[in-house]
Amino acid sequence: MTENYTALYDQHKKAGASFTDFGGWQMPLKYTSELAEHHAVRNAAGLFDLSHMGEVWVSGPDAGAFLDYALAGKLSAIAVGKAKYSVICDADGGIIDDLISYRRGEEKYLVVPNAGNATKVAAALAERAANFDVAVEDVSAETSLIAVQGPNAEAILLQLVPAEQHALVTGLKYYAAAEVGIAVDGAVHTLLLARTGYTGEDGFEIYAPNDDAAGLWEALLDAGAAHGLIPAGLACRDSLRLEAGMPLYGNELTLRVNAYSAGLGPVVSLAKESDFVGKEALAAIKAAGVGSTMGQKLVGLKGLGRRAARGHYPVLKDGTLVGEVTSGQPSPTLGYPVAMAYVDVEYSEVGTVLDVDLRGKAERFEVVALPFYKRSK
Amino acid sequence: MSKVVSELKYSAEHEWVAADGAGPVGIGISAVAADALGDIVYVDLPEVGSTVTAGETCGEVESTKSVSDLYAPVTGEVTEVNDGVVADPALINSDPYGAGWLFKVAVTEEGPLMSAEEYATANGGEL
Repeated sequence: MTENYTALYDQHKKAGASFTDFGGWQMPLKYTSELAEHHAVRNAAGLFDLSHMGEVWVSGPDAGAFLDYALAGKLSAIAVGKAKYSVICDADGGIIDDLISYRRGEEKYLVVPNAGNATKVAAALAERAANFDVAVEDVSAETSLIAVQGPNAEAILLQLVPAEQHALVTGLKYYAAAEVGIAVDGAVHTLLLARTGYTGEDGFEIYAPNDDAAGLWEALLDAGAAHGLIPAGLACRDSLRLEAGMPLYGNELTLRVNAYSAGLGPVVSLAKESDFVGKEALAAIKAAGVGSTMGQKLVGLKGLGRRAARGHYPVLKDGTLVGEVTSGQPSPTLGYPVAMAYVDVEYSEVGTVLDVDLRGKAERFEVVALPFYKRSK
Repeated sequence: MSKVVSELKYSAEHEWVAADGAGPVGIGISAVAADALGDIVYVDLPEVGSTVTAGETCGEVESTKSVSDLYAPVTGEVTEVNDGVVADPALINSDPYGAGWLFKVAVTEEGPLMSAEEYATANGGEL
């Protein structure tokens, strides 16, 4: 696989980042300490380069109807300016990706798949568009995505937004987006600003052409310096999303799991009148009780000892295999190990104590409700 | 680049051994290993009085991102463990060759060890 670099690679190098491959991209893992970066996002703000994420425009008279068919949610029902979290499934109900769709007009949506799945999703959308009057345009390569996350995110962003547009930013609701003027290199550029994130904190994601990325990055770093903003890498992004109970594609979500086992039942709209890819399979899965009365389901695990569970570790009950950990690590915010795991439904009740096999030694974990961490409003 | 201290000897598994011959020797992990692990949050050390064997695992070091076995670089009896580092494992990141030392061993036999120059050349550390 060829290695991809974002438009901010030089900024990361200058800042002393250590890099990791993620979905075929060389991305900053951390700049200094992943713990310091994690705490900065919880207590002040962190700046993330998410340019590896995909961006696919869907436009045309059938845009809403097409996405209703291509994705599991009812995208035609969201208002212009709002966003919706959804999944794209294969015919068997397996999850190809989880993604966010922003409705940018009556006939225009921006669909944002994960980095490693962007090509696959763009191809699936193009294929599924055959009988619809829509255009599907993958602009991932030309588009950068920068996120400011944390309690100080709004204050930082407002410094770069002209005063007459402040109300646009302060009034922007969670899972909504707007075109907002942002000062980059001394000029105001109109960019797509979304109040979304993957950290469990308040925050924004800004979509920008690659040419604006470096200037926007530097401007945000400058504006944030007095507010405790530091650049933050993928290591802390992972610990932040895990604490917030958010699934990661490749860990919690794969082609082999379905939305009901993954706890994403509510994002599947079996009620929508139109057909969608995977509908028949998902209806049968739901009717059979997969994830509710049979099979496995995704749960949160809280470590009762100090040692952390990691991905792929076996989950045991009285020595018998009952599941597998999908993600796990010590929680920097909570101070104890947290994990997500698929376990047999009969052991998925909150309060159930299970063992995780930590390299040959069993450690006790308790099933707890997700998320592990919820910010105080 | 991660620092390599010239007065110490090093194992291929990134443990350092204090080079002086008299009495039990101090053992820790190199800055190269500490930096690669990331923020260390848990350390499991051998017990005082137990015997460790060069090249065999004797504990583990866990960071937010990963976990790594600790290999004894020498054979002998453990005479002391650093309770400070058990209570505050971040010392391994902040001061791997000082306050972040792990345990001391009355050495009966050394495992294969490298000089600081050899270790730095093999692992990209800075003397």
